Amino acid sequence: MSITENPASTHVPKPREITTEPRFSDRVFRGVVSSGGFISLIVLGLISLFLLYNGFGVFRSEGLSFVTSFDWVPESIENGTEASYGIGAMLYGTLVISFIGLFFGFPLAFGTALFLSYYAPEWIKKPMVLVVDIMAAIPSIVFGVWGYFILMPHAEEWARLINKYLGFIPIFSMPGDFFTRSPFIAGLVLAIMIIPIITSISREVFAQTPLDRIQAAYALGATRWSMIRAVVIPYGKGGVIGGAMLGLGRALGETVAVYTVLNLVYDIRPEILLSAGGSVASLIVNKFGEANAPELKALMAAGFVLFVVTLLVNLIANMIINRTVRKG
Amino acid sequence: MSQIKVNSLASVASARSSETSSQGVGLEARSIHAWFGQKHVLSDISLDFYSGTVTALIGPSGCGKSTFIRILNRMHEFIPTAAMAGEVLLDGKDIYRSGVDVTKIRLGIGMVFQKPNPFPSMTIKENVLSGLKLAQIKINNSDELLEDCLVRAGLWSEVKDRLDQYGGTLSGGQQQRLCIARSLAVKPQVLLMDEPCSALDPGSTLRIEETIRELSENMTIVIVTHNMQQAARVSDYTGFFLSDGGPGQLIETAPTSQIFSNPKDKRTEDYVTGRFG
Repeated sequence: MSITENPASTHVPKPREITTEPRFSDRVFRGVVSSGGFISLIVLGLISLFLLYNGFGVFRSEGLSFVTSFDWVPESIENGTEASYGIGAMLYGTLVISFIGLFFGFPLAFGTALFLSYYAPEWIKKPMVLVVDIMAAIPSIVFGVWGYFILMPHAEEWARLINKYLGFIPIFSMPGDFFTRSPFIAGLVLAIMIIPIITSISREVFAQTPLDRIQAAYALGATRWSMIRAVVIPYGKGGVIGGAMLGLGRALGETVAVYTVLNLVYDIRPEILLSAGGSVASLIVNKFGEANAPELKALMAAGFVLFVVTLLVNLIANMIINRTVRKG
Repeated sequence: MSQIKVNSLASVASARSSETSSQGVGLEARSIHAWFGQKHVLSDISLDFYSGTVTALIGPSGCGKSTFIRILNRMHEFIPTAAMAGEVLLDGKDIYRSGVDVTKIRLGIGMVFQKPNPFPSMTIKENVLSGLKLAQIKINNSDELLEDCLVRAGLWSEVKDRLDQYGGTLSGGQQQRLCIARSLAVKPQVLLMDEPCSALDPGSTLRIEETIRELSENMTIVIVTHNMQQAARVSDYTGFFLSDGGPGQLIETAPTSQIFSNPKDKRTEDYVTGRFG
């Protein structure tokens, strides 16, 4: 009140510029962490540039058909064939096995996370969290070998059963009797491999559920399950979806394990139980050893496409996770 | 100065007490003890809560009021190291007896928390009716119940045109009344309120106190409060809790007018006259 009466204050001052001088130790620490951050960005950028640079020729000569056509024929003087590269079937196969992996892995991981967060007694919780986290550290070739020798004999029988009872659905039909090394089995191996990441991210978001909302639900006579449905799942939904997308990202890029349990065929087949599938990453590991120089460039181009697809999936995942965190 | 304060509180309290008459015991606490880990935080609390009355629990911070009220509807056990002894009788039956369905207990003994906590993913309407969904109770006339609860919580006129908006769009005081309406929808016999106004402005506080007075006609209400004026304004009975460094104890319980005008214990007098706490 006194301010408005004061004639001296009738002119409106300009906003002051507020600066702070960080102390030396702050500047050093800031330098260390920002260089760490920038280096990882630079490395990522260089990798994609390297792949793009090497694959550019292939992109130019093949055009869009590089991602739509199914042939992978290197140039051969003896046979007189001209080079033709297309990863359409592989790209499709990658998506198919990744979604099969997600289909089986996501419910398992989601259930595991709920169990660990709200049902598991303390004595089982700690060792189980440890085991699930260790699963993420197992080399993927081990999953491949396990999938080939242990899982496949069983999964083959499951596939036969699915075919027997659900064979009228086109994707479960079977033109012959080739049940091994199918997208179905590769998907099962991927499911196991993506469980840890989805579980730990889901657990993380479930743990952040505000306690006051949980208590509000219980105080209204909620059972544990109705509380989870009304409070925990709505709160954690975005984070869980983000976790699933990160799992999908891992499945898309998985190489060796898939290569061990999947028969690569340069064709798009709708039957997921049939021993014929595709995977861009497995294609690369399959051809890399004996590729001639132009084919190597085509493999780099394939790698670039996979890189872009995986990056997109991860970006979407991050967007979803960030949105949830801000909401909470 | 303190004498004036005591007198004014006492006159408010006595005006309040004359309005109501007790109708028998709704909830009884028998020799309640509580622990967190090894720490003994409540010692031997016995207290009756009469139907149709409001009982205020007052006392300085850390004296165990909130722990005690959370024992009354089995919210205490959600804290991992928490333990308790004694009995809480609802209609003469111990709510801690073995084989009891704890969700049914909490339906009968509702709770309103310190911080308003409506479910943000639900609309105002869904929030009010959420207890029915959570406890899997089916009813036919949900619109009637919705209006009834919001009217009784004193919120109907402010939200009747925007029942499909989210609960988070309301002000703090409105959110707290929404939480009260939500508690009422499952028709509890007893309503526990743990400092329901401590996060609210004076206007909203007054509004909620009116609501409490209206509700008390046919419920048992227990309210924890730091605000002695509030205890004097809304309650019929007052219990004074105090901890002398050890576990919290119930020093004195009496009709509110007596606590504020003529307390028996010196420590109660010191507290209500503002000599400490």
